[in-house]
Amino acid sequence: MPEGSLRLERVATFEVLEPGILTTIQDLGRYGFSQFGVPPSGALDPFSCRVGNLLVGNPEGEASIETTVMGLKLKALREVVMAVTGGDLSPILNGEPLEMWRTHLLVEGDIINFKKVRTGCRAYLAASGGLIFPEVMGSRSTYLSGKFGGLDGRALKKGDILFTPDIRSSLSQLGFRFPGDWIPQFGKEALLRVISGPQDHHFTEKGLQTLSSSFYQVTPRCDRMGVRLDGPQIERRSDVDESIISEGLIAGAIQVPGDGKPIIILTELVTGGYTKIAAVISTDLSKVAQLKPGDRVRFAPVSVEEAHGLLREQEERLLKFKDFFEQR
Amino acid sequence: MELYSETRFFLMGDRGLLLEFGDEISAEVNEKVRKMALALQAEAMNGIIETVPTYRSLLVLYNPLIIPLEDLKRRLKQLEEGLKEISFPDPTLTKIPVLYGETFGPDLRKVAEYLHLTPEEVIRLHCSKPYFIYMIGFMPGFPYMGELPDALVTPRLKTPRLSVPAGSVAIAQKQTGIYPVESPGGWQILGRTPVKLFNPEKEPPALLRMGDLVQFYPISEKEFHEWNSQSPWPIGHSV
Repeated sequence: MPEGSLRLERVATFEVLEPGILTTIQDLGRYGFSQFGVPPSGALDPFSCRVGNLLVGNPEGEASIETTVMGLKLKALREVVMAVTGGDLSPILNGEPLEMWRTHLLVEGDIINFKKVRTGCRAYLAASGGLIFPEVMGSRSTYLSGKFGGLDGRALKKGDILFTPDIRSSLSQLGFRFPGDWIPQFGKEALLRVISGPQDHHFTEKGLQTLSSSFYQVTPRCDRMGVRLDGPQIERRSDVDESIISEGLIAGAIQVPGDGKPIIILTELVTGGYTKIAAVISTDLSKVAQLKPGDRVRFAPVSVEEAHGLLREQEERLLKFKDFFEQR
Repeated sequence: MELYSETRFFLMGDRGLLLEFGDEISAEVNEKVRKMALALQAEAMNGIIETVPTYRSLLVLYNPLIIPLEDLKRRLKQLEEGLKEISFPDPTLTKIPVLYGETFGPDLRKVAEYLHLTPEEVIRLHCSKPYFIYMIGFMPGFPYMGELPDALVTPRLKTPRLSVPAGSVAIAQKQTGIYPVESPGGWQILGRTPVKLFNPEKEPPALLRMGDLVQFYPISEKEFHEWNSQSPWPIGHSV
Protein backbone atom coordinates (compact mmCIF):
# COMPACT_ATOMS: atom_id res chain seq x y z
CA MET A 1 0.00 0.00 0.00
CA PRO A 2 1.66 3.26 -1.05
CA GLU A 3 2.25 5.66 1.81
CA GLY A 4 1.54 8.85 -0.09
CA SER A 5 -2.12 8.18 -0.54
CA LEU A 6 -2.73 7.76 3.17
CA ARG A 7 -0.56 10.46 4.60
CA LEU A 8 -3.45 12.89 5.01
CA GLU A 9 -5.73 12.34 7.96
CA ARG A 10 -8.86 10.73 6.63
CA VAL A 11 -12.37 11.18 7.88
CA ALA A 12 -15.50 9.15 7.32
CA THR A 13 -17.57 11.11 4.80
CA PHE A 14 -20.20 8.81 3.32
CA GLU A 15 -22.01 5.74 4.51
CA VAL A 16 -23.52 3.47 1.85
CA LEU A 17 -27.15 2.88 2.84
CA GLU A 18 -28.02 1.07 -0.42
CA PRO A 19 -25.42 0.14 -3.04
CA GLY A 20 -27.79 0.22 -6.04
CA ILE A 21 -27.38 -2.00 -9.09
CA LEU A 22 -23.62 -1.53 -9.48
CA THR A 23 -21.52 1.11 -7.78
CA THR A 24 -17.72 1.13 -7.94
CA ILE A 25 -14.81 3.42 -7.16
CA GLN A 26 -13.07 4.67 -10.32
CA ASP A 27 -10.42 7.14 -11.36
CA LEU A 28 -9.10 7.58 -14.90
CA GLY A 29 -7.59 4.09 -15.11
CA ARG A 30 -4.51 1.98 -14.61
CA TYR A 31 -1.93 2.24 -17.36
CA GLY A 32 1.47 0.64 -17.85
CA PHE A 33 0.59 -2.89 -16.75
CA SER A 34 -0.96 -4.39 -19.85
CA GLN A 35 2.22 -6.44 -20.42
CA PHE A 36 1.07 -8.36 -17.31
CA GLY A 37 -2.46 -8.75 -18.64
CA VAL A 38 -3.91 -5.89 -16.58
CA PRO A 39 -6.59 -3.80 -18.34
CA PRO A 40 -7.01 -0.08 -17.55
CA SER A 41 -10.42 -0.15 -15.83
CA GLY A 42 -11.37 3.39 -14.75
CA ALA A 43 -14.42 5.59 -15.29
CA LEU A 44 -16.27 4.42 -18.40
CA ASP A 45 -17.32 8.02 -19.02
CA PRO A 46 -14.03 9.77 -18.34
CA PHE A 47 -15.34 13.19 -19.41
CA SER A 48 -18.06 13.25 -16.75
CA CYS A 49 -15.67 11.91 -14.12
CA ARG A 50 -13.12 14.62 -14.93
CA VAL A 51 -15.66 17.45 -14.87
CA GLY A 52 -17.00 16.24 -11.51
CA ASN A 53 -13.56 16.41 -9.98
CA LEU A 54 -12.79 19.82 -11.48
CA LEU A 55 -16.07 21.20 -10.11
CA VAL A 56 -15.17 20.27 -6.54
CA GLY A 57 -11.63 21.59 -6.91
CA ASN A 58 -9.84 18.27 -7.31
CA PRO A 59 -7.24 17.21 -9.84
CA GLU A 60 -9.31 15.62 -12.60
CA GLY A 61 -8.14 12.07 -11.87
CA GLU A 62 -9.25 11.71 -8.24
CA ALA A 63 -11.18 8.61 -7.19
CA SER A 64 -14.92 9.08 -7.66
CA ILE A 65 -18.05 7.00 -7.33
CA GLU A 66 -19.44 5.47 -10.53
CA THR A 67 -23.01 4.29 -10.10
CA THR A 68 -25.10 2.42 -12.63
CA VAL A 69 -28.80 2.84 -13.48
CA MET A 70 -30.36 3.33 -10.04
CA GLY A 71 -30.59 2.54 -6.37
CA LEU A 72 -27.48 4.05 -4.76
CA LYS A 73 -28.30 5.74 -1.45
CA LEU A 74 -25.64 7.53 0.57
CA LYS A 75 -25.64 9.32 3.91
CA ALA A 76 -23.24 12.22 4.48
CA LEU A 77 -21.35 11.75 7.75
CA ARG A 78 -19.82 15.23 7.68
CA GLU A 79 -19.83 18.46 5.75
CA VAL A 80 -18.57 17.92 2.21
CA VAL A 81 -18.59 19.71 -1.13
CA MET A 82 -19.69 17.36 -3.89
CA ALA A 83 -20.99 17.25 -7.47
CA VAL A 84 -22.89 14.74 -9.56
CA THR A 85 -22.15 14.43 -13.30
CA GLY A 86 -22.73 11.88 -16.08
CA GLY A 87 -26.07 10.30 -16.92
CA ASP A 88 -29.19 11.69 -15.27
CA LEU A 89 -30.19 9.01 -12.74
CA SER A 90 -32.53 11.43 -10.93
CA PRO A 91 -30.29 12.30 -8.00
CA ILE A 92 -32.31 13.35 -4.94
CA LEU A 93 -31.03 15.25 -1.91
CA ASN A 94 -33.21 14.91 1.19
CA GLY A 95 -36.25 14.29 -1.01
CA GLU A 96 -35.63 17.19 -3.43
CA PRO A 97 -34.13 16.88 -6.93
CA LEU A 98 -30.42 17.67 -6.92
CA GLU A 99 -29.07 19.76 -9.78
CA MET A 100 -26.34 17.94 -11.65
CA TRP A 101 -23.11 19.41 -13.07
CA ARG A 102 -22.77 21.88 -10.17
CA THR A 103 -21.32 21.83 -6.66
CA HIS A 104 -23.37 21.36 -3.51
CA LEU A 105 -22.55 21.43 0.16
CA LEU A 106 -23.79 18.41 2.05
CA VAL A 107 -24.02 18.49 5.82
CA GLU A 108 -24.00 15.65 8.30
CA GLY A 109 -27.12 13.53 7.99
CA ASP A 110 -27.96 14.53 4.41
CA ILE A 111 -29.25 11.68 2.29
CA ILE A 112 -28.58 11.45 -1.43
CA ASN A 113 -30.12 8.79 -3.60
CA PHE A 114 -30.38 7.92 -7.28
CA LYS A 115 -33.99 7.15 -8.00
CA LYS A 116 -34.33 6.16 -11.63
CA VAL A 117 -32.79 6.60 -15.05
CA ARG A 118 -33.90 9.67 -16.88
CA THR A 119 -31.10 9.71 -19.48
CA GLY A 120 -27.82 7.80 -19.80
CA CYS A 121 -26.74 4.90 -17.62
CA ARG A 122 -23.94 5.95 -15.28
CA ALA A 123 -23.52 8.87 -12.90
CA TYR A 124 -20.39 10.09 -11.12
CA LEU A 125 -20.15 11.56 -7.66
CA ALA A 126 -17.01 13.54 -6.88
CA ALA A 127 -16.18 14.75 -3.38
CA SER A 128 -13.87 17.60 -2.45
CA GLY A 129 -10.39 16.21 -1.72
CA GLY A 130 -11.19 12.94 -3.49
CA LEU A 131 -12.21 9.61 -1.99
CA ILE A 132 -9.33 7.94 -0.20
CA PHE A 133 -8.36 4.50 -1.42
CA PRO A 134 -4.95 2.88 -1.72
CA GLU A 135 -3.38 2.89 -5.15
CA VAL A 136 -2.94 -0.53 -6.72
CA MET A 137 -0.50 -0.34 -9.61
CA GLY A 138 -0.81 3.41 -9.66
CA SER A 139 -4.60 3.63 -9.75
CA ARG A 140 -7.61 3.51 -7.44
CA SER A 141 -9.90 2.13 -10.12
CA THR A 142 -11.88 -1.00 -9.30
CA TYR A 143 -11.15 -3.90 -11.64
CA LEU A 144 -14.12 -6.16 -10.96
CA SER A 145 -13.05 -9.40 -12.65
CA GLY A 146 -9.49 -9.04 -11.32
CA LYS A 147 -10.90 -8.36 -7.84
CA PHE A 148 -8.51 -5.53 -7.00
CA GLY A 149 -8.46 -1.74 -6.88
CA GLY A 150 -11.08 0.59 -5.40
CA LEU A 151 -12.71 -0.91 -2.34
CA ASP A 152 -11.20 -4.42 -2.11
CA GLY A 153 -11.74 -4.89 -5.84
CA ARG A 154 -15.48 -5.14 -5.46
CA ALA A 155 -18.70 -3.19 -5.92
CA LEU A 156 -19.80 -1.09 -2.94
CA LYS A 157 -22.20 -2.71 -0.51
CA LYS A 158 -24.49 -1.66 2.29
CA GLY A 159 -22.59 -0.39 5.31
CA ASP A 160 -19.40 0.61 3.47
CA ILE A 161 -17.84 3.81 4.74
CA LEU A 162 -16.07 6.12 2.29
CA PHE A 163 -13.35 8.47 3.48
CA THR A 164 -12.04 11.82 2.26
CA PRO A 165 -9.06 13.89 3.45
CA ASP A 166 -9.58 15.96 6.56
CA ILE A 167 -9.61 19.34 4.88
CA ARG A 168 -12.14 22.08 5.38
CA SER A 169 -14.61 22.26 2.56
CA SER A 170 -13.78 25.12 0.31
CA LEU A 171 -16.99 27.09 0.44
CA SER A 172 -15.76 29.34 -2.35
CA GLN A 173 -16.56 26.50 -4.72
CA LEU A 174 -20.22 26.36 -3.86
CA GLY A 175 -22.68 26.81 -6.67
CA PHE A 176 -20.08 26.32 -9.39
CA ARG A 177 -21.70 25.11 -12.58
CA PHE A 178 -20.32 23.47 -15.66
CA PRO A 179 -21.46 25.60 -18.63
CA GLY A 180 -24.84 24.31 -19.80
CA ASP A 181 -24.02 24.18 -23.50
CA TRP A 182 -20.95 22.03 -22.75
CA ILE A 183 -22.91 19.39 -20.87
CA PRO A 184 -23.17 16.25 -23.00
CA GLN A 185 -26.69 15.16 -23.86
CA PHE A 186 -27.45 11.47 -23.59
CA GLY A 187 -30.61 10.34 -25.37
CA LYS A 188 -32.14 7.03 -26.33
CA GLU A 189 -30.28 7.24 -29.61
CA ALA A 190 -26.58 7.83 -30.03
CA LEU A 191 -24.56 8.61 -33.12
CA LEU A 192 -21.09 7.19 -32.54
CA ARG A 193 -18.27 8.41 -34.72
CA VAL A 194 -15.76 5.70 -35.56
CA ILE A 195 -12.42 5.21 -37.25
CA SER A 196 -12.28 2.15 -39.50
CA GLY A 197 -9.88 -0.64 -38.66
CA PRO A 198 -7.72 -2.33 -37.68
CA GLN A 199 -9.43 -5.28 -39.43
CA ASP A 200 -11.92 -3.47 -41.67
CA HIS A 201 -10.32 -5.34 -44.59
CA HIS A 202 -11.75 -8.60 -43.17
CA PHE A 203 -15.26 -7.40 -44.08
CA THR A 204 -17.02 -7.06 -47.40
CA GLU A 205 -18.04 -3.73 -48.90
CA LYS A 206 -21.58 -4.71 -47.99
CA GLY A 207 -20.53 -5.44 -44.39
CA LEU A 208 -18.92 -2.02 -44.05
CA GLN A 209 -22.08 -0.45 -45.51
CA THR A 210 -24.19 -2.34 -42.99
CA LEU A 211 -22.16 -0.92 -40.11
CA SER A 212 -22.47 2.68 -41.26
CA SER A 213 -26.11 2.58 -42.35
CA SER A 214 -27.93 0.48 -39.72
CA PHE A 215 -29.42 1.04 -36.32
CA TYR A 216 -28.20 -1.30 -33.59
CA GLN A 217 -29.99 -1.95 -30.36
CA VAL A 218 -28.22 -2.28 -27.00
CA THR A 219 -28.94 -5.72 -25.53
CA PRO A 220 -29.18 -6.50 -21.80
CA ARG A 221 -25.76 -8.12 -22.14
CA CYS A 222 -23.69 -5.10 -21.28
CA ASP A 223 -21.29 -4.56 -18.40
CA ARG A 224 -17.98 -2.83 -17.69
CA MET A 225 -16.25 -5.08 -20.24
CA GLY A 226 -18.44 -4.33 -23.21
CA VAL A 227 -21.75 -3.41 -24.80
CA ARG A 228 -23.30 -6.15 -26.91
CA LEU A 229 -25.48 -4.93 -29.77
CA ASP A 230 -28.21 -6.53 -31.81
CA GLY A 231 -29.07 -5.63 -35.39
CA PRO A 232 -28.18 -6.48 -38.98
CA GLN A 233 -25.40 -9.00 -39.34
CA ILE A 234 -22.12 -7.56 -40.62
CA GLU A 235 -20.85 -9.58 -43.56
CA ARG A 236 -17.34 -10.89 -43.37
CA ARG A 237 -15.16 -11.84 -46.32
CA SER A 238 -15.40 -15.57 -46.92
CA ASP A 239 -11.64 -16.04 -47.29
CA VAL A 240 -10.66 -14.84 -43.79
CA ASP A 241 -10.96 -16.56 -40.42
CA GLU A 242 -13.54 -15.48 -37.88
CA SER A 243 -10.84 -15.02 -35.29
CA ILE A 244 -7.43 -13.40 -35.39
CA ILE A 245 -4.26 -13.94 -33.38
CA SER A 246 -4.97 -12.23 -30.02
CA GLU A 247 -3.91 -8.60 -29.89
CA GLY A 248 -4.25 -5.54 -27.64
CA LEU A 249 -7.57 -3.75 -27.20
CA ILE A 250 -8.62 -0.17 -26.63
CA ALA A 251 -11.89 1.12 -25.14
CA GLY A 252 -14.25 1.81 -28.02
CA ALA A 253 -12.97 -0.99 -30.27
CA ILE A 254 -15.88 -2.65 -32.10
CA GLN A 255 -15.46 -6.42 -32.22
CA VAL A 256 -17.46 -8.50 -34.64
CA PRO A 257 -17.55 -12.14 -33.50
CA GLY A 258 -18.80 -15.08 -35.60
CA ASP A 259 -22.48 -14.11 -35.34
CA GLY A 260 -21.82 -10.78 -37.07
CA LYS A 261 -23.30 -8.69 -34.22
CA PRO A 262 -20.98 -5.94 -32.98
CA ILE A 263 -19.70 -5.59 -29.40
CA ILE A 264 -18.20 -2.30 -28.21
CA ILE A 265 -15.29 -2.98 -25.88
CA LEU A 266 -15.01 -0.96 -22.66
CA THR A 267 -12.14 -0.61 -20.20
CA GLU A 268 -11.96 -4.00 -18.47
CA LEU A 269 -10.43 -6.00 -21.31
CA VAL A 270 -6.78 -6.04 -22.35
CA THR A 271 -6.48 -8.44 -25.31
CA GLY A 272 -8.85 -10.24 -27.63
CA GLY A 273 -8.95 -12.50 -30.65
CA TYR A 274 -11.98 -11.19 -32.54
CA THR A 275 -11.80 -8.98 -35.60
CA LYS A 276 -12.39 -5.28 -35.03
CA ILE A 277 -14.13 -3.48 -37.85
CA ALA A 278 -13.70 0.01 -36.32
CA ALA A 279 -13.24 1.88 -33.04
CA VAL A 280 -15.30 4.68 -31.48
CA ILE A 281 -13.38 7.97 -31.21
CA SER A 282 -12.28 9.26 -27.77
CA THR A 283 -14.75 12.12 -27.56
CA ASP A 284 -17.68 9.73 -28.12
CA LEU A 285 -16.66 7.20 -25.43
CA SER A 286 -18.90 9.04 -22.94
CA LYS A 287 -21.86 8.26 -25.17
CA VAL A 288 -20.90 4.57 -25.20
CA ALA A 289 -20.64 4.53 -21.39
CA GLN A 290 -24.12 6.03 -21.16
CA LEU A 291 -25.82 3.36 -23.32
CA LYS A 292 -28.31 1.10 -21.64
CA PRO A 293 -30.36 -1.87 -22.84
CA GLY A 294 -32.99 -0.75 -25.35
CA ASP A 295 -31.08 2.34 -26.55
CA ARG A 296 -30.17 2.55 -30.23
CA VAL A 297 -26.88 3.45 -31.85
CA ARG A 298 -25.65 4.31 -35.33
CA PHE A 299 -22.06 4.46 -36.49
CA ALA A 300 -20.52 7.18 -38.66
CA PRO A 301 -16.98 6.76 -40.00
CA VAL A 302 -14.76 9.83 -39.65
CA SER A 303 -11.11 10.47 -40.41
CA VAL A 304 -8.47 10.31 -37.69
CA GLU A 305 -7.71 13.99 -38.33
CA GLU A 306 -11.33 14.89 -37.61
CA ALA A 307 -11.26 12.81 -34.41
CA HIS A 308 -8.10 14.53 -33.22
CA GLY A 309 -9.67 17.91 -33.97
CA LEU A 310 -12.70 17.04 -31.86
CA LEU A 311 -10.44 15.85 -29.05
CA ARG A 312 -8.46 19.10 -29.19
CA GLU A 313 -11.70 21.08 -29.01
CA GLN A 314 -12.85 19.10 -25.95
CA GLU A 315 -9.53 19.50 -24.16
CA GLU A 316 -9.43 23.23 -24.89
CA ARG A 317 -12.87 23.60 -23.32
CA LEU A 318 -11.81 21.72 -20.23
CA LEU A 319 -8.68 23.84 -20.03
CA LYS A 320 -10.75 27.01 -20.29
CA PHE A 321 -13.00 25.69 -17.56
CA LYS A 322 -9.98 24.99 -15.33
CA ASP A 323 -8.58 28.48 -15.97
CA PHE A 324 -11.92 30.05 -15.13
CA PHE A 325 -11.85 28.17 -11.81
CA GLU A 326 -8.36 29.17 -10.95
CA GLN A 327 -9.14 32.84 -11.53
CA ARG A 328 -12.03 32.76 -9.06
CA MET B 1 6.96 -15.51 -44.82
CA GLU B 2 6.89 -15.09 -41.07
CA LEU B 3 8.16 -11.57 -40.49
CA TYR B 4 6.71 -8.90 -42.78
CA SER B 5 9.40 -7.19 -44.83
CA GLU B 6 7.73 -3.95 -43.81
CA THR B 7 5.91 -3.55 -40.49
CA ARG B 8 2.23 -2.79 -40.96
CA PHE B 9 0.62 0.11 -39.12
CA PHE B 10 -3.11 0.04 -38.37
CA LEU B 11 -5.25 2.58 -36.55
CA MET B 12 -7.22 1.40 -33.54
CA GLY B 13 -9.40 4.42 -32.87
CA ASP B 14 -7.88 7.88 -32.48
CA ARG B 15 -5.49 6.96 -29.66
CA GLY B 16 -4.28 3.52 -30.72
CA LEU B 17 -1.67 2.55 -33.29
CA LEU B 18 -1.22 -1.16 -33.93
CA LEU B 19 2.15 -2.33 -35.21
CA GLU B 20 1.87 -5.75 -36.82
CA PHE B 21 5.13 -7.55 -37.48
CA GLY B 22 3.97 -10.83 -39.00
CA ASP B 23 0.95 -12.97 -39.69
CA GLU B 24 1.62 -16.03 -37.57
CA ILE B 25 2.63 -17.24 -34.15
CA SER B 26 6.39 -17.69 -34.26
CA ALA B 27 9.38 -17.05 -32.05
CA GLU B 28 10.90 -14.71 -34.64
CA VAL B 29 7.86 -12.45 -34.90
CA ASN B 30 7.34 -12.52 -31.14
CA GLU B 31 10.97 -11.53 -30.57
CA LYS B 32 10.47 -8.45 -32.69
CA VAL B 33 7.39 -7.51 -30.66
CA ARG B 34 9.40 -7.77 -27.45
CA LYS B 35 12.32 -5.82 -28.87
CA MET B 36 10.05 -3.02 -30.02
CA ALA B 37 8.27 -2.93 -26.64
CA LEU B 38 11.64 -2.78 -24.88
CA ALA B 39 12.94 -0.06 -27.18
CA LEU B 40 9.82 2.01 -26.58
CA GLN B 41 10.10 1.60 -22.82
CA ALA B 42 13.73 2.68 -22.90
CA GLU B 43 12.88 5.68 -25.04
CA ALA B 44 10.19 6.89 -22.57
CA MET B 45 8.61 8.90 -25.38
CA ASN B 46 6.38 11.78 -24.34
CA GLY B 47 2.72 11.14 -25.09
CA ILE B 48 2.87 7.32 -24.99
CA ILE B 49 0.28 6.09 -22.51
CA GLU B 50 0.63 2.34 -22.79
CA THR B 51 2.04 -0.43 -24.94
CA VAL B 52 0.31 -3.80 -25.25
CA PRO B 53 2.69 -6.47 -26.56
CA THR B 54 1.04 -9.64 -27.87
CA TYR B 55 1.91 -12.63 -30.13
CA ARG B 56 2.69 -10.75 -33.30
CA SER B 57 1.76 -7.13 -32.72
CA LEU B 58 2.30 -4.18 -30.43
CA LEU B 59 -0.54 -1.80 -29.66
CA VAL B 60 0.67 1.70 -28.79
CA LEU B 61 -1.75 3.96 -26.94
CA TYR B 62 -0.82 7.61 -27.40
CA ASN B 63 -2.12 11.06 -26.69
CA PRO B 64 -2.41 12.73 -30.13
CA LEU B 65 -2.39 16.18 -28.53
CA ILE B 66 1.09 15.51 -27.16
CA ILE B 67 2.52 13.46 -30.01
CA PRO B 68 0.82 13.85 -33.40
CA LEU B 69 0.18 10.59 -35.26
CA GLU B 70 2.63 11.31 -38.08
CA ASP B 71 5.42 12.14 -35.60
CA LEU B 72 4.65 8.98 -33.68
CA LYS B 73 4.84 6.83 -36.82
CA ARG B 74 8.11 8.46 -37.86
CA ARG B 75 9.71 7.92 -34.46
CA LEU B 76 8.52 4.33 -34.28
CA LYS B 77 10.07 3.65 -37.68
CA GLN B 78 13.34 5.18 -36.46
CA LEU B 79 13.24 2.99 -33.36
CA GLU B 80 12.60 -0.06 -35.50
CA GLU B 81 15.74 0.60 -37.51
CA GLY B 82 17.82 0.37 -34.34
CA LEU B 83 16.25 -2.86 -33.08
CA LYS B 84 19.05 -5.11 -34.26
CA GLU B 85 21.29 -3.72 -31.54
CA ILE B 86 18.89 -4.73 -28.78
CA SER B 87 19.65 -7.98 -27.00
CA PHE B 88 17.64 -9.70 -24.32
CA PRO B 89 18.81 -11.10 -21.01
CA ASP B 90 18.71 -14.92 -20.99
CA PRO B 91 15.17 -16.21 -20.53
CA THR B 92 14.20 -17.32 -17.04
CA LEU B 93 12.91 -20.86 -16.60
CA THR B 94 10.20 -21.18 -13.97
CA LYS B 95 9.20 -24.63 -12.76
CA ILE B 96 5.48 -24.92 -12.10
CA PRO B 97 4.16 -27.83 -10.00
CA VAL B 98 0.86 -29.31 -11.18
CA LEU B 99 -1.56 -31.71 -9.56
CA TYR B 100 -2.97 -33.50 -12.61
CA GLY B 101 -6.34 -35.15 -13.07
CA GLU B 102 -9.41 -35.93 -10.93
CA THR B 103 -11.32 -32.85 -9.76
CA PHE B 104 -8.24 -30.67 -10.31
CA GLY B 105 -7.98 -31.62 -13.98
CA PRO B 106 -11.52 -32.51 -15.02
CA ASP B 107 -10.67 -32.81 -18.74
CA LEU B 108 -7.58 -35.05 -18.41
CA ARG B 109 -9.44 -38.31 -19.09
CA LYS B 110 -11.40 -37.00 -22.06
CA VAL B 111 -8.29 -35.41 -23.55
CA ALA B 112 -6.43 -38.73 -23.18
CA GLU B 113 -9.29 -40.60 -24.87
CA TYR B 114 -9.43 -38.04 -27.69
CA LEU B 115 -5.67 -38.39 -28.25
CA HIS B 116 -5.67 -42.21 -27.87
CA LEU B 117 -3.24 -41.91 -24.97
CA THR B 118 -3.36 -42.85 -21.32
CA PRO B 119 -3.73 -40.00 -18.79
CA GLU B 120 -0.20 -40.82 -17.61
CA GLU B 121 1.14 -40.35 -21.14
CA VAL B 122 -0.66 -36.99 -21.42
CA ILE B 123 0.97 -35.86 -18.16
CA ARG B 124 4.39 -37.10 -19.27
CA LEU B 125 4.09 -35.29 -22.61
CA HIS B 126 2.81 -32.08 -21.00
CA CYS B 127 5.87 -32.11 -18.71
CA SER B 128 8.27 -33.19 -21.47
CA LYS B 129 9.67 -29.77 -22.43
CA PRO B 130 9.84 -26.14 -21.44
CA TYR B 131 7.24 -23.84 -23.03
CA PHE B 132 7.88 -20.38 -24.39
CA ILE B 133 5.65 -17.55 -23.07
CA TYR B 134 4.40 -15.67 -26.13
CA MET B 135 2.35 -13.16 -24.19
CA ILE B 136 0.49 -12.42 -20.96
CA GLY B 137 -3.09 -11.44 -21.68
CA PHE B 138 -6.80 -12.14 -21.49
CA MET B 139 -6.62 -11.64 -17.72
CA PRO B 140 -3.93 -10.58 -15.22
CA GLY B 141 -0.99 -12.98 -15.34
CA PHE B 142 -2.43 -15.50 -17.86
CA PRO B 143 0.52 -16.88 -19.87
CA TYR B 144 -0.08 -17.99 -23.47
CA MET B 145 2.55 -20.69 -24.01
CA GLY B 146 3.63 -23.09 -26.72
CA GLU B 147 4.19 -25.15 -28.63
CA LEU B 148 2.66 -28.33 -27.25
CA PRO B 149 4.08 -31.64 -28.54
CA ASP B 150 2.07 -32.60 -31.67
CA ALA B 151 0.62 -35.60 -29.86
CA LEU B 152 -1.12 -33.24 -27.39
CA VAL B 153 -2.87 -30.90 -29.83
CA THR B 154 -6.53 -30.79 -28.73
CA PRO B 155 -9.39 -28.45 -29.68
CA ARG B 156 -11.07 -26.13 -27.19
CA LEU B 157 -14.18 -27.21 -25.33
CA LYS B 158 -17.31 -26.88 -27.48
CA THR B 159 -19.06 -25.04 -24.66
CA PRO B 160 -16.81 -22.89 -22.47
CA ARG B 161 -17.14 -23.29 -18.69
CA LEU B 162 -18.73 -20.41 -16.82
CA SER B 163 -16.17 -20.79 -14.07
CA VAL B 164 -12.63 -22.16 -14.16
CA PRO B 165 -10.87 -22.27 -10.77
CA ALA B 166 -7.74 -20.18 -10.19
CA GLY B 167 -4.55 -22.14 -10.85
CA SER B 168 -6.10 -24.36 -13.54
CA VAL B 169 -3.52 -25.59 -16.06
CA ALA B 170 -5.10 -26.06 -19.47
CA ILE B 171 -4.45 -26.70 -23.15
CA ALA B 172 -6.10 -25.54 -26.40
CA GLN B 173 -4.86 -26.37 -29.89
CA LYS B 174 -1.06 -25.98 -29.79
CA GLN B 175 -1.08 -23.83 -26.67
CA THR B 176 -1.00 -24.29 -22.94
CA GLY B 177 -1.87 -21.75 -20.26
CA ILE B 178 -2.67 -21.21 -16.60
CA TYR B 179 -5.75 -19.38 -15.27
CA PRO B 180 -4.36 -17.11 -12.50
CA VAL B 181 -7.78 -16.09 -11.21
CA GLU B 182 -11.18 -17.74 -11.38
CA SER B 183 -12.91 -16.89 -14.65
CA PRO B 184 -14.97 -18.31 -17.50
CA GLY B 185 -12.86 -20.33 -19.94
CA GLY B 186 -12.94 -22.74 -22.86
CA TRP B 187 -9.59 -24.52 -22.58
CA GLN B 188 -9.26 -28.20 -21.59
CA ILE B 189 -8.20 -28.39 -17.95
CA LEU B 190 -5.51 -30.98 -17.19
CA GLY B 191 -4.63 -30.01 -13.63
CA ARG B 192 -4.10 -27.26 -11.11
CA THR B 193 -1.06 -25.50 -9.68
CA PRO B 194 -0.87 -24.24 -6.09
CA VAL B 195 1.46 -21.45 -7.25
CA LYS B 196 -0.02 -17.97 -7.23
CA LEU B 197 0.65 -16.39 -10.63
CA PHE B 198 -0.61 -12.92 -9.95
CA ASN B 199 -0.48 -10.64 -6.95
CA PRO B 200 -1.54 -7.01 -7.43
CA GLU B 201 0.47 -5.97 -4.36
CA LYS B 202 3.77 -7.32 -5.75
CA GLU B 203 6.23 -5.59 -8.05
CA PRO B 204 6.06 -6.90 -10.74
CA PRO B 205 2.54 -8.19 -10.14
CA ALA B 206 2.86 -11.24 -12.40
CA LEU B 207 5.12 -14.21 -11.75
CA LEU B 208 5.67 -14.92 -15.44
CA ARG B 209 6.83 -12.64 -18.21
CA MET B 210 6.53 -12.68 -21.95
CA GLY B 211 9.67 -14.24 -23.47
CA ASP B 212 10.44 -16.49 -20.49
CA LEU B 213 10.06 -20.26 -20.18
CA VAL B 214 7.88 -22.55 -18.08
CA GLN B 215 8.48 -26.21 -17.24
CA PHE B 216 5.62 -28.15 -15.64
CA TYR B 217 6.18 -31.06 -13.23
CA PRO B 218 3.64 -33.33 -11.55
CA ILE B 219 3.04 -33.27 -7.78
CA SER B 220 0.88 -35.36 -5.46
CA GLU B 221 -2.30 -34.19 -3.79
CA LYS B 222 -0.42 -34.12 -0.48
CA GLU B 223 2.27 -31.85 -1.93
CA PHE B 224 -0.43 -29.67 -3.45
CA HIS B 225 -2.15 -29.13 -0.12
CA GLU B 226 1.15 -28.59 1.69
CA TRP B 227 2.28 -25.96 -0.79
CA ASN B 228 2.81 -22.86 1.22
CA SER B 229 0.92 -20.10 -0.53
CA GLN B 230 2.90 -17.58 1.50
CA SER B 231 6.20 -18.81 0.06
CA PRO B 232 7.89 -16.48 -2.41
CA TRP B 233 7.73 -17.02 -6.15
CA PRO B 234 9.31 -20.31 -7.18
CA ILE B 235 12.95 -19.71 -7.92
CA GLY B 236 13.67 -18.89 -11.53
CA HIS B 237 16.74 -20.29 -13.27
CA SER B 238 18.55 -18.75 -16.15
CA VAL B 239 19.04 -21.18 -19.00
